[in-house]
Amino acid sequence: MPDADYRIYALAGMALFAIGFYSMLVQAHLLRRIMALNVMGSGVFLVYIALGAQTPGPIPDPVPHAMVLTGIVVSVCATGLALALVDRAQAAASEVEPGDDA
Amino acid sequence: MTSRMPIGVLSLALLAALGWAVLSLPLRPAGLTAASLAKLPESGVTNPVTAVLLNYRGYDTLLEIGVLLLAIVAVWSLRRGEWPASHLHDRPLLMPLLRVVLPVLLLAAGYLLWIGAFAPGGAFQGGALLGGAIVLVMLGGLARRALAFERLLRAGLVLGVIVFAAVCAVTMLLTGGLLQFPAGTGGTWIMVIESAALVSIGLTLGLLYFGGRPNAHHA
Repeated sequence: MPDADYRIYALAGMALFAIGFYSMLVQAHLLRRIMALNVMGSGVFLVYIALGAQTPGPIPDPVPHAMVLTGIVVSVCATGLALALVDRAQAAASEVEPGDDA
Repeated sequence: MTSRMPIGVLSLALLAALGWAVLSLPLRPAGLTAASLAKLPESGVTNPVTAVLLNYRGYDTLLEIGVLLLAIVAVWSLRRGEWPASHLHDRPLLMPLLRVVLPVLLLAAGYLLWIGAFAPGGAFQGGALLGGAIVLVMLGGLARRALAFERLLRAGLVLGVIVFAAVCAVTMLLTGGLLQFPAGTGGTWIMVIESAALVSIGLTLGLLYFGGRPNAHHA
């Protein structure tokens, strides 16, 4: 459907981004913040794919598709790294419990 | 929580600004579809997404595979991995499932790698399946001995970057341009890069689930 309007998906992606943004600032738990960051990322991907579908021609614009494909793998790896960082941060925090002699 | 209110207002303002940004864009942007399709016969593949990933914008993918390596190196530097607490005898259905699913996952990963030249697929999709297979193996507690071969795992993790960089160097000697493949040979170079990238992407995703460097006593 080359002439369909897919901008509603881009708006949905931006809503996801805003929801994730809100959660990341409101939630205190680091795990929830990482999840919020992932929701924001998914929103960005949705915007890219939706806008890529707006271009005229027989197929959607392949460049945003390639960037999203790359972005998904990077976001999974960034999430893995963030989880490892959270674990280290919590381990470090538990070493200096309030009440310890310091 | 009173502090949520301003953040909520800020988020809504952000949404409004972003929505305005999208709606003010041209309804039908020219995009890069035509340019991508025009050069497709020279790219060595017939799937335009693969052509963008590994030919037109190959340096993006090179850097991205570097990012994956960076992520796993950072995770390995931060902590030691842990086995999931489960054991096979607690999950009587897992082993029969793995017997069926693992070969299918490996076959599908190879198929996606190959089909990526012509249709949706490629090293990322195949690597995701490979990573899923590794996670399943770990859930079954089957890879304990495999993790003893840490050097081999390290070699697999860096394979993508090394092969990609080697292809860069060789094609630069041949054509003088970064990731500019000699005419007519693009498909071969892309398959070489993607095969190595598949191994590294799958291993990176799978080992990220393990959550840290292998330990000697894991063997």
